[in-house]
Amino acid sequence: MLLIAIISVLIIGGFAAWLAESRNRDWPKWVSLFTILLSSLLVIPLFSLEPITMQLGATTSQWLLVYEVPWIPRFGISFLFALDGLSLLMVALTIFLGLVALASSWNEIDHQPGFFQFNLMWTLAGVTGVFVSLDLFLFFFFWEIMLIPMYFLIAIWGYERKAYASMKFFLFTQISGLFMLLSILALAFAAKAITGNFTFNYFDLVGLNLDPDIAWWLMLGFFIAFVVKLPGFPFHTWLPDAHTQAPTAASVLLAGILLKTGAYGLIRFTVPLFPQAAMEIAQVAMLLGAIGVVYGAVLAFAQDDFKRLVAYSSVSHMGFVLIGIFAWRELTLQGSVMQMVAHGLSTAALFMIAGALQHRLHTRDVSEMGGLWKDMPRMGAIAMFFIIASLGMPGLGNFVGEFLVLLGAFQVNVPITIFASLGLIVAAIYSLIAMQRVFLGTPIANRNLRDFDSREVSTMVLMMLGLVYLGIHPQPVFDMVEPSLNSLYELTGPATEWVGALR
Amino acid sequence: MSDQQLLAILPHILLTTVILIQMMVIAFARNLRTTVAISVIALILTGLAFIPVYSLIPIMVTPLIVLDGYAIYYSGLILMSSTAVTLMAYDYFKDRGEKQDEFFMLLLFATLGALILVCSSHFASMILGLELLGVSIYTMISYPHKGLLTLEAALKYLILSGVSSTFILFGAALIYAVGGKLGFAELASVALETRDSGEIFLTAGSALIFAGIMFKLSVTPFHMWTPDVYEGAPAPVTAFVATVSKGAIFAITLRLFTSSNLIEVPSILTGLSVVAILSMLVGNLLALRQDNVKRILAYSSIAHLGYLMVAFIAAGMIGGKVLAIEASSYFLFAYFITTLGAFGVVTIVSLPNTEADAGDISNYEGLFWRRPMLAIMFTLTLLSLAGIPLTVGFIGKFYIFTAGVTTTLWLLLSVVIIGSGIGIFYYLRIIFAMTKRTETDVTKIEIPIAGGWVMASVTAAILFFGIYPTPIVNLINNLVLSIT
Repeated sequence: MLLIAIISVLIIGGFAAWLAESRNRDWPKWVSLFTILLSSLLVIPLFSLEPITMQLGATTSQWLLVYEVPWIPRFGISFLFALDGLSLLMVALTIFLGLVALASSWNEIDHQPGFFQFNLMWTLAGVTGVFVSLDLFLFFFFWEIMLIPMYFLIAIWGYERKAYASMKFFLFTQISGLFMLLSILALAFAAKAITGNFTFNYFDLVGLNLDPDIAWWLMLGFFIAFVVKLPGFPFHTWLPDAHTQAPTAASVLLAGILLKTGAYGLIRFTVPLFPQAAMEIAQVAMLLGAIGVVYGAVLAFAQDDFKRLVAYSSVSHMGFVLIGIFAWRELTLQGSVMQMVAHGLSTAALFMIAGALQHRLHTRDVSEMGGLWKDMPRMGAIAMFFIIASLGMPGLGNFVGEFLVLLGAFQVNVPITIFASLGLIVAAIYSLIAMQRVFLGTPIANRNLRDFDSREVSTMVLMMLGLVYLGIHPQPVFDMVEPSLNSLYELTGPATEWVGALR
Repeated sequence: MSDQQLLAILPHILLTTVILIQMMVIAFARNLRTTVAISVIALILTGLAFIPVYSLIPIMVTPLIVLDGYAIYYSGLILMSSTAVTLMAYDYFKDRGEKQDEFFMLLLFATLGALILVCSSHFASMILGLELLGVSIYTMISYPHKGLLTLEAALKYLILSGVSSTFILFGAALIYAVGGKLGFAELASVALETRDSGEIFLTAGSALIFAGIMFKLSVTPFHMWTPDVYEGAPAPVTAFVATVSKGAIFAITLRLFTSSNLIEVPSILTGLSVVAILSMLVGNLLALRQDNVKRILAYSSIAHLGYLMVAFIAAGMIGGKVLAIEASSYFLFAYFITTLGAFGVVTIVSLPNTEADAGDISNYEGLFWRRPMLAIMFTLTLLSLAGIPLTVGFIGKFYIFTAGVTTTLWLLLSVVIIGSGIGIFYYLRIIFAMTKRTETDVTKIEIPIAGGWVMASVTAAILFFGIYPTPIVNLINNLVLSIT
């Protein structure tokens, strides 16, 4: 019930914010703030839940909450919400970044603030739904729902090429989503052929004895949908456009949590539902991940647009997540999860800085910046922190994630790991050069710019604390997701077999 | 004819009687409000008259007419749609002066034709229904008789629909020549008996009937008339052509081909697959370059009929019949309310300008900030056409996928995916136009009462049955699947 309450609070809060606009143009953001705070209050009790053991395929798994009511009995579809450590971590990240997104857009939106907040809240509701739905139909439902408000955020409040960017974003995710729908349906029918009943229930579908050929094609449908969202090379081309054109709050949500739904889907659905088929594609997936790491980093190096630079760095960082998932070792999976959280925080912060720069300078072009530290020392120092975090400085969360992925992947495939490590070097180059061009050097013009105010600084400090905490004491996160990941290893068989299949 | 049989066709008798009464009223006391009130009451009464029929089904009334759950379901859809069109047409015509009363009589006649169509079990009654529907529609299209576009639309529809009717007649004649039977159910045995000697006639006959029907359903390559008719006809009439006319014709086609087993002729299935693929691709691709919302909706309807054909083909595959009929019934329900919603918005936006309908996409720019409720309704209907969750169109598309997956029609399904992908582009274009910030204050749009209620209920239905489709699923399972 708590999960439904969180989603409902966000949905209703969205409506309330929209309606509040007619009273006062400042009210919608306060309504949103209240909504997010209320839902974060609802998230807190989730941390203290006692685990329940559920049968999952041939093994058992630990869940914190399972809630099911029938929805469309004709096809065995139900409202099946379930929460485990992994979901909980993602939900918490979602709500937290929702707060960050709200803070980043606090004074930025003049046009239709009510509808803006409505879309913000509905994106959060959709993403939360994705992380807690364990009925595949319900999952697809939320998967699509989170697109529409995000489309509106980009199409209405975006920058100069918003029509192109929002359309591209929608088309990529929608078409790949339809492939997943096809796979979901075919899976349900395969289940019907085996068990005699229609079912979209995750717990019933895991561990089915599928025909290997069919399983391969079904896996591909899921794989494409999630890799487009992640985004993995070569399906990443929507991301730089969408990120660049989106308003700050939408960029924060896109980079912070929407990309993570792709990684979550791979961990939760693609591999466990089709372990054999996923094993067959693992080499290719890791290679795509490694190409993404290096390619994203090289392209980030070539960008003059600050938001585009951060966007390409996201492609690069999410490549590590892809490698980590398909190496499927304990270390790499934990590294991937850590990378998801850390990247969520650091990239959200960088987009917030990019948005703040655009708000003050009315340009995103790096060549028109320079020496901004002099005008805005607080922003400069904070940007320095996050740029260093993002390039993988030890002691911060991102380093833990990338290091674990590379460490684990080294045992699986040496050439790919070595290739991916090159990305770290390029990352250092593009990050530091960006820092140099934007904040250091001689100012190109004498301008009086407003530095970060206390609202912005406090949001940033929260995220900095988070990254430092993840960097020096990552164990609580590992403990949280360990039960979920452990049951997945048991499903897919011992890691040595996985490695054997790879070599 | 027994009492029971008479009771079974009570809805049709009732509707005919009310049409006659309405004709008298118009002749003696011409008043638009009264005429529309009679129309609405007639449609509601006809709907209520189906309740006693429910306890009798399935029942044959002469060899021509059969009343079964399938007929009742589609009759319900037709009546619902006609009522909505009546209300929309009232808004549309009330400020256009002159004598508009007869339009509503024609609308009832067309509805009667559609009702006969969905319960006919014989070629004779099928042609009767088809012509009653068709002839009324020619007149309805040209009713405002202002401007060349309207005349062009009416003439195109008249000629092409006439030609396609002759195709159907000739096809029926060929099939009659082989077996001497015209009832649908009897055709099944004809198909078996004449397997060797008369197969060429049977195939040619069904091919001709199909060609005729394809014209009326406007699937590629028989779609040429659609955009012009959609653009030229008054928006409520377009809604009628898109829902009642196409829906009734699809329903009778499905009944004809499933009860006579003609659909299982392999060459017909191949032909249908080609038609379905072409419709989905051509409809979606041609919609991309349009700047007129009515033309976009026309091409989108071509594509939607293509999706529907996938379910139709699934009905002809082994083991697909039940699910395919269920799927097309739900898909049509979704298509009906969504199309009504879309043309409802076009009607309302067209109201300030009595010369021509608001087709051009520029009429919709900034609608979000001028008329937020209307824009949200339009957004929902467009998302429903695109098949996005939360809307009924998604469940419809889900059903099409389901029917296709059971019968392993992978090629067709991948075309559905490609088509839907292209489709998103032009639906989003309209939505994007609505979100534009317009500085100049363009024509003021007032939401009329009748049209406002239609839009409110249609939107509520799109959302409700998109989130909770179970009531309709159960209804279909209770009623429609009786013919399998």
